[in-house]
Amino acid sequence: MSNIPSDLRYTKSHEWVRPGSNGSVEIGISEHAQGALGDLVFIEVPEVGRAVKAGEACAVVESVKAASDVYSPVSGKVTASNSALATQPELLNQDPYGAGWLFRVQTASSLDDAALMSAADYAKYLADEAH
Amino acid sequence: MGLKTALYDTHVQQGAKIVDFGGWEMPLHYGSQIEEHHAVRRDAGMFDVSHMGVVDLQGARVREFLRNLLANDVGRLKSPGKALYSCMLLPEGGVIDDLIVYFMSDTWFRMVVNAGTRGKDLAWIRGHAQPFAVNVAERDDLAMIAIQGPNAREKTLAASGQGPAGRASALSLAPFFGAQFDSWFIARTGYTGEDGFEVMLPAVDAAKAWNALRAQDIQPAGLGARDTLRLEAGMNLYGNDMDESHHPLESGLAWTVAFEPVERDFIGRRALEGLRVAGGQQLVGLLLEERGVLRSHQKIVPAGEVTSGTFSPTLNRSIALARVPKTAAPSVQVEIRGKLHAASVVKPPFVRHGKALIPNKP
Repeated sequence: MSNIPSDLRYTKSHEWVRPGSNGSVEIGISEHAQGALGDLVFIEVPEVGRAVKAGEACAVVESVKAASDVYSPVSGKVTASNSALATQPELLNQDPYGAGWLFRVQTASSLDDAALMSAADYAKYLADEAH
Repeated sequence: MGLKTALYDTHVQQGAKIVDFGGWEMPLHYGSQIEEHHAVRRDAGMFDVSHMGVVDLQGARVREFLRNLLANDVGRLKSPGKALYSCMLLPEGGVIDDLIVYFMSDTWFRMVVNAGTRGKDLAWIRGHAQPFAVNVAERDDLAMIAIQGPNAREKTLAASGQGPAGRASALSLAPFFGAQFDSWFIARTGYTGEDGFEVMLPAVDAAKAWNALRAQDIQPAGLGARDTLRLEAGMNLYGNDMDESHHPLESGLAWTVAFEPVERDFIGRRALEGLRVAGGQQLVGLLLEERGVLRSHQKIVPAGEVTSGTFSPTLNRSIALARVPKTAAPSVQVEIRGKLHAASVVKPPFVRHGKALIPNKP
């Protein structure tokens, strides 16, 4: 069973969201997603200052096998992106919820308005997807 | 459910991620594709390639038959056990498949064809074999394991059950030669750019052999690593780099077409002779000069298309095979997600025998 931290929220496209203070959220992709992609070899993160809309493709993760878009789960402005991934994409495979974070967004809207799942719901979603 | 090799259950037990490949359920990797790649370049790795078709061709006129069927000339095969790489062509010159053919005896040749093309290959071969009274038998009773890497031959023989004499004899096989050692047919061939063996053995013994090889610390490797290894080695993949609508001369395979002797007529010869003129397209290597990953079907500017692209674990950058006009400049651009990226045109291979042949960074 893949690791699904209970303090994060999740999307159907396998991003996770870590709520911070004052409307800042951190975004990455789940343990399940990195496992399905395989060894990552190239990661493109959004530029700081870029305005993103919920559901907008704003990062790319490429494994040896294929390229996948990462969608911002929330609307807002990108305040930071993980530049370490440019030279060490394997960080995302090794630590998807920590050193492998992708970017942070300052959002004005409430996370409750976004279509996000709890850890329990995401676990159930993964189980359903597998069948 | 897809087709399964004799080793399917073994792969699942050993943690393989299984994917569909040409209708077969095959291992993509056993954890890390990149580690499997490095194991082959630095030590030894093994691949289940039992999904490929082994076809025995027997008859008094089998050599004459194959000299007509194949673009390369089996007339060059004089010593038993010698192998030859060839394309099998349509009359119009398109590639039906690429294959290896072994000269077993004057009345027996053995062919190894691709998994995804097995059905059409067999139909084509049988259709042309009849007038030559050549018997065509698919050897579904055999499994095939490729063991590749600088230590692959020694480790394979340690697991082979052969005594010192048998091991010494198998170790002395020259490249592109094979021979029977009890129930194993051992050939010094492969698809990785490393030294190694491909072993054909009874399918009923495959799991036992796989585990004996594993006990010699040979890393199981999946189709993922097989693809990055062959691409680094500059070897074509059927369906990507050539197919029925692309002939060998525009697929980097002119070296496999034997136009000499001129009196040998083979299927596709006349068409290819008309295509030997200047102009047209060629298959080249590409090195991406920026960050990113080249993938098949990406557009090349001013002209051309990537046929196979990947990230090279050995070079730590992206490489590709691409079809471009023969007049292409040494620098081109590749369109990746709507943006143009600089790439250099190079001559494959990119890596051979563990050594990078291309500078590591632009």
